[in-house]
Amino acid sequence: MKRYIIKRLLMLIPVLLGASILAFSLIHLAPGDPARTIAGEHASVQTIEKVRIKYGLDKPLITQYWIWLKQALRGDFGRSIVSNEYVSKEILSRFPNTVELTLFSMFIAIVVGVLAGIISASRQYSLLDYGFMGIALFGVSMPVFWLGIMLMMIFGVFLRWLPISGRIDITIPFTKITGLYLIDSIITGNWAAFISSLRHLILPSLALGTIPMATIARITRSSMLEVLKQDFIRTERAKGLPERTVIYKHAVRNALIPVVTVIGLNFGLLLSGAILTETVFSWPGVGRYVVNAVQMRDYPAVQGCVLFFAFIFVVVNLITDIVYVYIDPRIKYQ
Amino acid sequence: MKQETTNYKESTGRELLRRFKYNKSAVFGLIIIFFMVFCAIAADFIAPNDPYPSPPLLANKLKPGFWSDKGAPGMPLGSDGLGRCVLSRIIYGARVSLTAGFVAVAIAMFLGITLGVLSGYFGGWIDTIIMRIVDIMFAFPALLLAIVIVAVAGQGLEKAMIAIGIVYSPQMARIIRSSVLYIKEMEYIEVQKAIGSSHWRIIFRHILPNSVAPVIVYGTLMLASAILDCAALGFLGLGAQPPIPEWGAMLADSYSFIVSGAWWAATFPGIAILLSVLGLNLLGDGLRDILDPRLKQ
Repeated sequence: MKRYIIKRLLMLIPVLLGASILAFSLIHLAPGDPARTIAGEHASVQTIEKVRIKYGLDKPLITQYWIWLKQALRGDFGRSIVSNEYVSKEILSRFPNTVELTLFSMFIAIVVGVLAGIISASRQYSLLDYGFMGIALFGVSMPVFWLGIMLMMIFGVFLRWLPISGRIDITIPFTKITGLYLIDSIITGNWAAFISSLRHLILPSLALGTIPMATIARITRSSMLEVLKQDFIRTERAKGLPERTVIYKHAVRNALIPVVTVIGLNFGLLLSGAILTETVFSWPGVGRYVVNAVQMRDYPAVQGCVLFFAFIFVVVNLITDIVYVYIDPRIKYQ
Repeated sequence: MKQETTNYKESTGRELLRRFKYNKSAVFGLIIIFFMVFCAIAADFIAPNDPYPSPPLLANKLKPGFWSDKGAPGMPLGSDGLGRCVLSRIIYGARVSLTAGFVAVAIAMFLGITLGVLSGYFGGWIDTIIMRIVDIMFAFPALLLAIVIVAVAGQGLEKAMIAIGIVYSPQMARIIRSSVLYIKEMEYIEVQKAIGSSHWRIIFRHILPNSVAPVIVYGTLMLASAILDCAALGFLGLGAQPPIPEWGAMLADSYSFIVSGAWWAATFPGIAILLSVLGLNLLGDGLRDILDPRLKQ
């Protein structure tokens, strides 16, 4: 196990180096002089030259990459062209918002998806099964941004049950500790803030969680059906265990193994989806930040986000693989 | 599972068609896709209005459709923020979105098949290098990588198509590679090598034709995601630019109007995206069951 983890960690190095080369090349692949791009369209020749020296753009490419990489490893991606703030600071201040949104979405997706899958499988070909699987089929084909707009329209505009944008009601006093609003409001015992941030969280999480929810429901169902066909289930039924015990105590445990992989794979989709969901709901997360950065051609910000996303993404994949080996001893790790 | 017939020639063609007809979801998916393709081809004849009226008919701005008697005449699904017919723009949008999806998948297939065959057939250092590049590309969420490419190349529909094509190519490369690795070990390939066929002859005459099934299946499923991601880029303002009637861009133009109660302009383009993606997913899943029962989950 230890050797497997070390090997996987070592395999991350070339991938992350490649990602860093890609992020670094961005500004050089973009049309035009990088110094002018950073200095802004209307900058004077002197400013451009100053920028060129400041960012080391007059040195050979390899040297530039080396300087950039050394800084990036220390978490320094330079300053945003738009706000002149440190990019790393901008990313880190938004990151908890994205974390809270994706984790909450995944929570909803897992709870609803696994339950729907189990119910569908234990009552195969029932009306409930067809109903759940029909919904799941639409769920996997859903454009996240459109679903977000529809939820916003129905529950926010027409029914007025839930807020349609933002993070929390700004009139409520709130102290940030971790940046995760639900956690922070529990720590400080601020229930008004808890309710308000939960209400703001529901619609975006539902929009973002629907695709993984549908995928999880489908995988849970097919995996459950597979397990229910196995000999040990027949033995348990034969020895007279109640159906409830057979399904929830024995079948579900075995059926959840492929579900874990799907959950891991879906985190990538969630990051893509977060870019769209955050845009729809004006959610102040990293996804919306990267879209804005691309629109404003804020290259240092784009570079920082690219490397940051790649890092998060490979780490999540690594964790999935390790968890997978851990919960299924039948898998031989090499 | 049904026993495969021993005579391969008899089992192809007619047998595949028979299996297709009995696969309800594949047939349903194909019907949806035919309908969308029909809209795209016949847009000039079936769209009730001009999708780009000039000058814009601002008097007709955000009028509801057939469900209301205050609706704009001749616009069954209402009008958008610039007084343009939503239905006509969706019909013309089928042309834009389907073409964009097809082009993106064609690019992905060309790159993916080339890389996959090189990597799987020749192995060695070629394989190592290509698979490392593929690994790096897999280190990014697909949409983010597409956004990054657009950030470099600039915004616009053509660039979005190319970006999505590039982003999807590693997936295709891996599928082709594993298929090539499997076929390469077959006896008839040994025979070809023994009688002295060239690499190119083996690749084009024997390996590629036998990799057609996964290419069709994953190509169809990929088309679904490509349409979705093209619409997503359009929605983010990084893909198709106004006034092109692209479904994602139409959503971006009109979703701010839902606050004033004009729900139609943001609802129907999304349904068009959903239906196309659903149709392709159904068709792709069905084709997978038909062409390769071993792949069935």
